[in-house]
Amino acid sequence: MDETIYSNLSQYIAREILKQPKREIAADEELISSGLIDSFNLVDLALYVEDNYSVLIDDTELNADTFNTLDQLVSLIQERKL
Amino acid sequence: MKNVTHVLKMLYLEAPDKVSVHLLFNRQSDQAITYRELLHGSVRYALALKQAEIRPGEVVILILDHGEDLVMAFWGAILNGSIPSILPFLTEKLSPEVYRKSLAALFEITAPTAVITDSDFMGEVRKASKGRSVSAIISSADVQNRIPDVKEVNFDQLRGLTSPPKDIVLLQHSSGTTGLQKGVALSHRAVFNQLESYSRALDLNQNDVIVSWLPLYHDMGLIAGFLLPILKRVPLVLISPFDWVRAPYRLLQAISSYRGTLCWLPNFAYNFMALKTRHRDLELVDLSSLRAVINCSEPMSWKSHKMFLDRFQAYGLRSEALATSYAMAENVFAVTQGGINSPVKLDVIDQNTFLSHQIAEPVGETYKRENLWLEPDQTENLPVLKMLSTGQPIEDTNVRILDQQGVDLPERHIGEIALQSNCMLSGYYHRPDLTQKAFLEGWFMTGDLGYLANGELFVTGRKKDLIIVGGKNIYPQDLEYLASEVEGVHAGRVAAFGVFNEQTGTEDVVIVAEADYDLLEDGQSGTSNINDQPERIAVEIRERVTRGSDIALRYVHVVERNWLLKTSSGKVARRANREKYLSEFSVD
Repeated sequence: MDETIYSNLSQYIAREILKQPKREIAADEELISSGLIDSFNLVDLALYVEDNYSVLIDDTELNADTFNTLDQLVSLIQERKL
Repeated sequence: MKNVTHVLKMLYLEAPDKVSVHLLFNRQSDQAITYRELLHGSVRYALALKQAEIRPGEVVILILDHGEDLVMAFWGAILNGSIPSILPFLTEKLSPEVYRKSLAALFEITAPTAVITDSDFMGEVRKASKGRSVSAIISSADVQNRIPDVKEVNFDQLRGLTSPPKDIVLLQHSSGTTGLQKGVALSHRAVFNQLESYSRALDLNQNDVIVSWLPLYHDMGLIAGFLLPILKRVPLVLISPFDWVRAPYRLLQAISSYRGTLCWLPNFAYNFMALKTRHRDLELVDLSSLRAVINCSEPMSWKSHKMFLDRFQAYGLRSEALATSYAMAENVFAVTQGGINSPVKLDVIDQNTFLSHQIAEPVGETYKRENLWLEPDQTENLPVLKMLSTGQPIEDTNVRILDQQGVDLPERHIGEIALQSNCMLSGYYHRPDLTQKAFLEGWFMTGDLGYLANGELFVTGRKKDLIIVGGKNIYPQDLEYLASEVEGVHAGRVAAFGVFNEQTGTEDVVIVAEADYDLLEDGQSGTSNINDQPERIAVEIRERVTRGSDIALRYVHVVERNWLLKTSSGKVARRANREKYLSEFSVD
């Protein structure tokens, strides 16, 4: 897993979405199914990924079936970056 | 006899081929439902209920996702003479036990005899309804499989045809343990009176098209975004809230495709759509058909309107389309309506007079000018507040502003908004105690604060401690209860309140909880390091509150014993603690 993408995403989520800058998010921590990331913030996440990695995540993919952990999200980004 | 079934019968006979509802989905094509199809589908549900021996006057709970089944089940219950009540669907976040507990709280008070839900939830519902009034749990799949297609409707067989207009036609609930035990019971007559008065206030006509993403378990979604269009023969374009929140541009695209003319939104949605849509998703969008976008169901901000107009004017949105309304389930829906035939009034008032004397003193002559807020902000450095008017009361609805003793206050003086109309609730269902408490000499005490000026109503705040996030009512006691359960939190020493966030246009939920380290034994909770405790407690509070209420907390502060201010009776003083929090912790 790309460590840079992981740490950027982790910091973004902690700072901007959770409003807990010091919060550490484990790579396998459940994000969507646990409600850690509110449904209103899913759009934020998609926009951030698009702006920073030029990777599009369709709104129909903003659910736990597509990605539920940072591990999975980073993999998705790496796959689509090519 | 004018009841909902009778009106549906007329619609079926007079306009069977007219499309009533367009259901939009994100992974399949739009589904158009004509009045004929609407009635045929609904009758199947009425038959299913009749077969299950659900009688007229009994409550039927609906726990269904956006789709045809929810639409048909709702009308089906009414056709059977029963009382439907739509509940929020179980989301992934809510822990099953908590949902079960909420259901149990609802069942206890409301005593429904039937629940219609998805096959996936049958198990959950069965567990929650054990030993209670519920005698039938019906799944939508059940109805599809067991009840044959209806090819024509024999209205005389439908028990809803003889429902007396004064009888209850539906129940409306807020969520949370508190909300689910306070069902607003509305009669056929009240609903029709609202639809008549509100249609007039809106100048509703046959060229209108209503577009909505609002959930049907919320009064704005149910009345403005469902009953009004369907019963007044105005096409409804209905998007799932689940889909909209992940792709807010969908609303704008739908308005464009269907030439939508009317739309209702909670304040936060203005910010949300302005900030979270990309040009790429709006390329061919044309919003010129919109004649009114109505801001309703939570405190409004002129900045949200400006943000929205600035963003979408280039796509055809007209400034005249911006409208406002003050509404509540207890009045069926709309109490006031503004911005339809003239621009929404903006009242620029002196901040100090407002805060210190509870009087809305206008600043100079500027308040008289319409469209003031579209001009460069000349009041940027002055201590002023800019209040958006909610408009004027609709016909047959009257509003008074009262002081603490129930005496009328003069214009521009802030007090509690009291309401009287011909579309009031019949009562809080099975809660005569709450019903009685809510009325003062025949006037409904809204618990909201505001003032009148030149016939316009301005809402300034809430008397009670209710938090409103995204247009959704949240009772602080529900959140405090959940937080209290966290180990290390001193039970009962929690305060939950809302703080308005200008960026999002809605409230952030804050919880302040007192920790009692004496309660923690050695080696508990994975760390004996006392310094880690506040962090651990805060994380747990967030988790527990989200799992228990579907609300994401913005800020959680764990404080030491006795930080929280108390009332003379020893209870946590929410309002005072909110002020203390705002002054002590900088909120960015």
